[in-house]
Amino acid sequence: MTAYFHEEFETMPRAALEALQLKRLQNTVTRVYEKVPFYRESLSKAGIRPEQIRSLDDLRRLPFTVKQDMRDAYPYNLFAAPMDDIVRIHASSGTTGKPTVVGYTRKDIDIWADLMARTFVATGVHKGDIIHNAYGYGLFTGGLGAHYGAERLGASVIPISGGNTARQLLIMQDFGSTVLTCTPSYSLYMAEEAREAGIDFRDLKLRVGIFGAEPWSEDMRRDIEAKLNLHALDIYGLSEIMGPGVAIECIEAKNGLHIWEDHFLAEIIDPESGEVLPDGATGELVITTITKEGIPLLRYRTRDITSLNRETCVCGRTHARLARMSGRSDDMLIIRGVNVFPSQIESILMRIEGVEPHYLLVVDRHDNLDTLEVQVEVNETLFSDEVKVLQALALRIEKEIKDFLGVTSKVRLVEPKTIARSEGKAKRVIDNRRK
Amino acid sequence: MQLEQISIFIENKSGRLAEVTRVLGSKGINIRALSLADTSDFGILRLIVDQIDLAKTALKEQGFTVSKTNVVAVEVPDQPGGLAGILDILDKSQVNVEYMYAFVERCGGNAVIIFRFDDADAAIRVLTENGVKIMEGERLYRM
Repeated sequence: MTAYFHEEFETMPRAALEALQLKRLQNTVTRVYEKVPFYRESLSKAGIRPEQIRSLDDLRRLPFTVKQDMRDAYPYNLFAAPMDDIVRIHASSGTTGKPTVVGYTRKDIDIWADLMARTFVATGVHKGDIIHNAYGYGLFTGGLGAHYGAERLGASVIPISGGNTARQLLIMQDFGSTVLTCTPSYSLYMAEEAREAGIDFRDLKLRVGIFGAEPWSEDMRRDIEAKLNLHALDIYGLSEIMGPGVAIECIEAKNGLHIWEDHFLAEIIDPESGEVLPDGATGELVITTITKEGIPLLRYRTRDITSLNRETCVCGRTHARLARMSGRSDDMLIIRGVNVFPSQIESILMRIEGVEPHYLLVVDRHDNLDTLEVQVEVNETLFSDEVKVLQALALRIEKEIKDFLGVTSKVRLVEPKTIARSEGKAKRVIDNRRK
Repeated sequence: MQLEQISIFIENKSGRLAEVTRVLGSKGINIRALSLADTSDFGILRLIVDQIDLAKTALKEQGFTVSKTNVVAVEVPDQPGGLAGILDILDKSQVNVEYMYAFVERCGGNAVIIFRFDDADAAIRVLTENGVKIMEGERLYRM
């Protein structure tokens, strides 16, 4: 029997769900038209007045919102609520330019906690679970988002945040954590540290791991499940839209992430033309928030690459499922004209016995030709006293990458632990061409 | 009849070889023979040491990838054609040499060469049948 947090909404028949979506979309368009000068202007430019939104099909007439619009509005110019009503502010890391800032009203925080609780329940987590929340607390939405959801559910939450892995392991062991929330790469780092500390995950009580904030692969799921002895589930969220809890894999199917459609409208577009693609086609995910007050966004281009599946799921939820993100459109590398996502290379590496999920891609340009170097750590399983064995390994990886992705690479074998481990989002690519 | 060698993966960047020898020196481990196979990206350092388990642990603690392999120490007459005679015996028996390197010390009038064979048991058998002396590990570590 599937457990639900909001059964009525999670299993709502499509027709009723769409009626609810339309009403909420109309309210949102009206709200931003009235309260956000940026939207009043862009809607006017597109020749749309809120009362002209009569069906969900009218969604595609609305203009897109892009990351740059959020930067231009820095810090508060996209807010649709007065600062008096904003009770929380988060911001995304500003690795390129200024951070993007989001504000939440009390109702926004309330809905976020509800949706995150819903998300936990979909992964089989329940009251009585002990949630080891290793997402970073702070401006990043991961830590606090998961935290409020855990409390809303009534589970016990350990707000450990990121870092200090030895202590994390000790606490997991001693406090009897049953659920782990962190980035997938950090979970593997924990597994590595545990092995060295002589801790066997089979002796821990962990049952479920909820991993997100970076793209990962199906092969990495198998690796994590084997090493940490738990169900590894993919969670999706982004601060611009809300934070963690926008979409989640259900434990029943482990096949696609249910996006909570009573709060978010999902579309897939061709990232080049902006044209809406049919269900099942792969493209860029575009989300419209339909219940937010603080910073509602119309057709926000997430830059995440996925597809949409509206078939009914074995879990009984009617909400559409997103395919596992294959990467961000801006993570995509174009190497000699070939599109390559780091996650594709990860999948190839993970299929080779003994290869660790720590890798680094170094892209460069020599004599006007792009070069791709794949750094792979040599552990005891891969190592041999014979040069030819190691050279054959490097050649095999190069051949697999060429066969699957059509791109020539150079595999560089490096010493263990020379690739930086991350306690947050892993850095997988160094692109020296951008210098 | 076989002895243990440790192999260490070394990235081709400055100071790594020095780091290995520093770790071994600090633990009082003596290197008895060595060879370094190198490619443009990495090298494999192979060592015969007097305290193999301690060496392995100490290097692993410092983050090196280390493995143990069995090799054979063969006494080779220290005269022109000495090595050729041994290789001839192996060739006739179709035993392949993966790699080999010389030991620092001599044993009586003979040089000592460390061999890595594809089939060590077969190699030992044909060599002893042909009167070639194989050195025992314990004796060699303490030479």
